[in-house]
Amino acid sequence: MAIKAAEQNSSPPSYTRAVKRNDRLMHWLFVGSAAFVALIIFSIILFVGNQGIKMFGDPEAGIAEFFFTTDWTPGEGKYGALAFILGSFLVTGLALVIAVPLAVGGAVFMAKIAPNWMREIMRPATDLFVGIPSVVYGLVGLTVFVPFFGGIFGTAGFGLLPAALILAIMILPTILSVSEDALRTLPVALEEASYALGATRWQTIRKVLLPAASPGILTGVILGMGRAIGEAMAVQMVIGNAPILPKGLTEPTSVLTTQIVKEMASPFGSTTNNALFMMSLVLLLVSLSLILIIRVVARRRAV
Amino acid sequence: MTSAIATKDKIRAQGLSLFYGDNQALFDINLEMPEGSITAFIGPSGCGKSTLLRTLNRMNDLIPNVTINGEVLVDGENIYAPDTDVVNLRKNVGMVFQRPNPFPMSIYDNIAYGPRIHGIRKKRDLDEIVERSLQQAALWDEVKDRLGKSAMGLSGGQQQRLCIARLLAVDPQVLLMDEPTSALDPISTLKVEELTQELKSKYTIIIVTHNMQQAARISDTTAFFLNGVMVEHGVTDKLFTNPTDQRTEDYITGRFG
Amino acid sequence: MNSKLTNNIANLVFWMFGFTILGILIWFLWHILAAGLPHLSWDFITGKPQEIIAGGGVGPQLFNSFYILFLSLLFSIPFGIGAGIWLSEYAKKNWFTDLVRLSTEMLSSVPSIVFGLFGMLVFVTTFGLGFTILGGALTLALLNLPVLVRVTEETLRAVPDSYREASAALGATKWQTIRKVLIPTALPGLVTGITLVAGRALGESAILIFTAGVTVSRFAPDFNVFASGETLAVRLWYVRSEGLVPDAMEIAEGTAALLVIVVLLLNLLIGLPSRYLQRKAAGK
Repeated sequence: MAIKAAEQNSSPPSYTRAVKRNDRLMHWLFVGSAAFVALIIFSIILFVGNQGIKMFGDPEAGIAEFFFTTDWTPGEGKYGALAFILGSFLVTGLALVIAVPLAVGGAVFMAKIAPNWMREIMRPATDLFVGIPSVVYGLVGLTVFVPFFGGIFGTAGFGLLPAALILAIMILPTILSVSEDALRTLPVALEEASYALGATRWQTIRKVLLPAASPGILTGVILGMGRAIGEAMAVQMVIGNAPILPKGLTEPTSVLTTQIVKEMASPFGSTTNNALFMMSLVLLLVSLSLILIIRVVARRRAV
Repeated sequence: MTSAIATKDKIRAQGLSLFYGDNQALFDINLEMPEGSITAFIGPSGCGKSTLLRTLNRMNDLIPNVTINGEVLVDGENIYAPDTDVVNLRKNVGMVFQRPNPFPMSIYDNIAYGPRIHGIRKKRDLDEIVERSLQQAALWDEVKDRLGKSAMGLSGGQQQRLCIARLLAVDPQVLLMDEPTSALDPISTLKVEELTQELKSKYTIIIVTHNMQQAARISDTTAFFLNGVMVEHGVTDKLFTNPTDQRTEDYITGRFG
Repeated sequence: MNSKLTNNIANLVFWMFGFTILGILIWFLWHILAAGLPHLSWDFITGKPQEIIAGGGVGPQLFNSFYILFLSLLFSIPFGIGAGIWLSEYAKKNWFTDLVRLSTEMLSSVPSIVFGLFGMLVFVTTFGLGFTILGGALTLALLNLPVLVRVTEETLRAVPDSYREASAALGATKWQTIRKVLIPTALPGLVTGITLVAGRALGESAILIFTAGVTVSRFAPDFNVFASGETLAVRLWYVRSEGLVPDAMEIAEGTAALLVIVVLLLNLLIGLPSRYLQRKAAGK
């Protein structure tokens, strides 16, 4: 009887076959998408790297010269990129110095101290800031920070300081939200144990919560660092774009990304243009090693 | 140890062992489950009763690192044979879970889900199946005025009967029930128990329960498990009044578990 | 005495951190809107741009922004969601899964200017397309991909296993379960994720300068994917850095305000239906 009931409702074999065929087809489409996504990064490394290496086919451009000298005068066959590499790390470091204390302090505030209504305001506000285009940050830097620092230091105001300040504001939400997550996902028992021993909130935060959340906070800092070192347009608008080492915090200089933007008009295939690809290979490798560092940090956290 | 009820075996486990990685969870299970009756699996938690239930429609396939030795025969065919159509198997051997798990859709769409994926498109046919299944699950009168509302708004007991109705809508031959009342209040539990009595004429039912009274009330045969081993199996009345194994007696008299 | 005093001081300092951050954000937003809103007029928003004389608008750029965004989502959503579904529903623990995960993470760390150079190398020069909307959208799609993969995987993982079991126990195939149960359940999360991607893509400039170019078609709106397509964000950068128009500052400030408003609207408009879907599924 049960079998008869089943037969009444059973689907025609052609339908069952079609369903199974779709199931297999979709499986392969999903695998294909995954493989395709995996392939992209390697083709980027390959294409950009290959084009960059071509610059050393020019006898005037040497690897050592590119990495270890600061003289960038393509007209005279000088292709030293050290100033840009140093500039990238300088501006990123400076941005971190400004952003990290504020972001971590803000994360502690949002995770442990702020009342709900304050959190309700701050969370969407920080989310919104991730969505603001980098050129808008650049414009504010250009119209506010550059004249401001120019007035203080008696220079034109372009340079590392306004760039770092703009980057600091840009990466603040990233560091803040990752650190806040790290603090909020700590086991409650940790905090309770500290309070049970008579510690104040500040002692608990400093001695227990911050150390316990430090791998997560570090991950946030590295993510922010990656965003800062790769940012091009906002920095390009405020850094002054002189291809030299900075003479001061508000003196024109260049970083890797801005130099690429500045020289983009050079003819494709020329040594100058190939050097831009070499610079983006450097950027790419720095970014990729940051991801590897995050993985190591995360693994240590898992232990 | 054979069943005293003289009907054909719907499902038969033969030399069935199961491993989670290196841990053995089931040891050489041999068990027949007769057609058109209710078989209950009892035993303390972690004894392997739910694991065994999940081998009967290959639900364990969804869990990684599971190895299975031995055979499970449904209508005489080994469902672990390489050419088994798992999708078709699960259509015939359906399952009701411990926690009610309606989809976050309307009541109607929940019931129509199964028929739709099996190719029934006509609104009239679907309407008929939805009404019949809800009637069978004794839920129709309670929900007929709000079929378009989300199933998540029903009470726990109603949700569980909805899940049973959803299963009935694909016309399975066997219903596997994994502690179907453990998350329900006593009144809902009673309703689900009554339901199983009405359904057993049409379906083969296998129910896992941690509640011995429930097993005694509703099942025809009972199997007792301990640490992955089937200790005893027989007609329910006899197993509860006159068990052959000391461990069964200890368990049903409440000395452990 | 000291620990208590320090605690109170620390509390005060943390409140100051909170207000400082909020203050920066509010000041920023206020500054952009106050500077830009006065320049926003119907003529500006819909008008054609000028290169030499003042009074030009950003109509074509506004169109291009959305057109390129739409195309880039069209290219990236199938692959991104497909790969995300694979990671969440099919992937077993093996080297290939590790590779997909690692390369997706790596892809998400690529600076956008590197994407820009890659796109220029592949689409502009190797395929010989020149600066086109198509090349820009394809390169922008690469930026979207890793976020889409991550969001899809995360939202699908958040769907309880009991739904998968219930569907399987009814004899559904994996694809049927994904299409009829998992994706509808995960839809609010997916929509939020796509909004996030869209907001980022809309403001992207470094990629598009190198691939879609800094000029617009003479016909506006131009649906031709082989036309060059300057977007709002690119326009803002271009007038401030290389442009010759005398009212560059007004254009830049107006464009900045327009961009911020568009991003705000995007979040509001797409955030609302996703919240509605969530509520409906919960049976309210």
